[in-house]
Amino acid sequence: MVQEQLQEPDIPSWAKPFARLGDQFLYLLTDMGRMGLFLLSTLAGVFRRPFRGGELLKQLRFIGAGSVTVIFFTALSSGMVLGLQGYYSLHKFGAEGMLGSAVSLTLIMELGPILTALMVAGRAGSAMCAEIGIMRISEQIDALECMAVDPFRYLISPKLLATMISVPLLTAMFDVVGIFGGYLAGVKLMGVSSGSYFNGMMQSVTNHDIRLGIIKSFVFALLLIWISTGRGYFVQQIRGVGFGAESVSKVTTQAVVMSSISVLIFDYLLTAVLL
Amino acid sequence: MAAEINNSELPAIEFDEVVKSFGERGRRHIVLHGISFSIPRGKTTVIAGGSGQGKSVTLKLVLGLLRPDSGRILVDGQDVTQLRRGELRSLRTKFGVLFQGSALFDSLSVYENIALPLRERTKLTDQVIEQRVMTTLSQLELTGHENKFPAQLSGGMKKRVGLARALQLNPEIVLFDEPTTGLDPVMTQEIYQLFERMQKELGYTAVIVSHDIPKVFDLADQIILLNRGEVDVFTSVEQIRDSKKPYIREFAEMTMGELFESAGSGC
Repeated sequence: MVQEQLQEPDIPSWAKPFARLGDQFLYLLTDMGRMGLFLLSTLAGVFRRPFRGGELLKQLRFIGAGSVTVIFFTALSSGMVLGLQGYYSLHKFGAEGMLGSAVSLTLIMELGPILTALMVAGRAGSAMCAEIGIMRISEQIDALECMAVDPFRYLISPKLLATMISVPLLTAMFDVVGIFGGYLAGVKLMGVSSGSYFNGMMQSVTNHDIRLGIIKSFVFALLLIWISTGRGYFVQQIRGVGFGAESVSKVTTQAVVMSSISVLIFDYLLTAVLL
Repeated sequence: MAAEINNSELPAIEFDEVVKSFGERGRRHIVLHGISFSIPRGKTTVIAGGSGQGKSVTLKLVLGLLRPDSGRILVDGQDVTQLRRGELRSLRTKFGVLFQGSALFDSLSVYENIALPLRERTKLTDQVIEQRVMTTLSQLELTGHENKFPAQLSGGMKKRVGLARALQLNPEIVLFDEPTTGLDPVMTQEIYQLFERMQKELGYTAVIVSHDIPKVFDLADQIILLNRGEVDVFTSVEQIRDSKKPYIREFAEMTMGELFESAGSGC
């Protein structure tokens, strides 16, 4: 290294663990601060002109329509498993008639929003993180800034908007397909009466349950798009991920893990507050 | 009107005691040691120096993509370090930038890449934008390649597309970051000729960061050498050759060997 190294005050060896801890804390604080500002800038970008309608449609196709197949099969298998396991448990108590209620409530309030968010985080979140990360390391985002084009409005906000539209719709689809999967397993395979399956569902599912599911899907959508794009955007400022292609791959993994964990934590918090 | 006259008399860019360091606490390295220089308007300035001497950092400081630890950076008399985000964005409309790796948008075609600043920063109709893009494509000998994507272009073509994009908003100052990296000598020569021609035609202030020495010096009205965080300004290759400073002499001998030999035989 040809440059001169700055002289920092010597830290006594006994204090070094504290210094490292303090340093880590400051880094965390800085990271949270920049992620907070990133979210605010992205939200502001949604309202700035010119509006990128074409890009929004492209992102809706990628995040929404592109996730339909994976959501369909995840929902169908989850619903069928719920139908089978629910039947097995309820049959012990002679309460098979409650199957429709058990399957639909589990799907609408829990599994639908969570599994949809996890699937979208794995499929589209990772891709968006990698895309933004590559644009960052290849100076494409710098180029936008140099052209006086707001990178939030141009790049991130259409993705945010498309995710906020797609995830709740995919969640609704997940719920419907999952309930159909439960019907196939419980009614068609195990012989539960069709009337009691749907009647149980209609009697137990309230507007409050549906609202909880919708709120969760919006919050999860915001979390996953925020973390995925934010990690990619700050790829060069994140500690311990290396440089170049390696940094993008590590940050992409980090984004999927972080958004999945955040979704699970917020699921508990929202359930505790809103149930 | 008075402000315009004043502005035209000011240097395009001025560095005043700029310090920049990188790294985390305990491992910080000073890249620029309080450097001061000015870049004249309408001329070509070359910033040269070895790897890791802060050449690209200097450009990023001018654009406000990095902030200095201390010192002032004036563009048309405005201190970049004191500007808010919106003010910085409006200042950047004065610039065109050709990045080291061209920084073309992979998912956009050549045409869309060049049209992007016009679509985003102006209210021109699609017809006018098409006319302007096609004119630039022909000026830079890129006609017929407008539907290709960056991945389908050679290194030299990418640079030309990058230059076309940089020039779309008629910038007052064009910054070139290592514009010939990865190009063969013939292509390098062609690119430099193109830069010279475009600068003469459009009259912008050009700042070229390069270690492609001595070729790039042919274009220069002023040469700024960065070495160990310090700066030396020259107005000709001869001044560099005749410098008494040991590290300048060493740099000149290593990078301009042929010029040294020819000067020696001439004496």
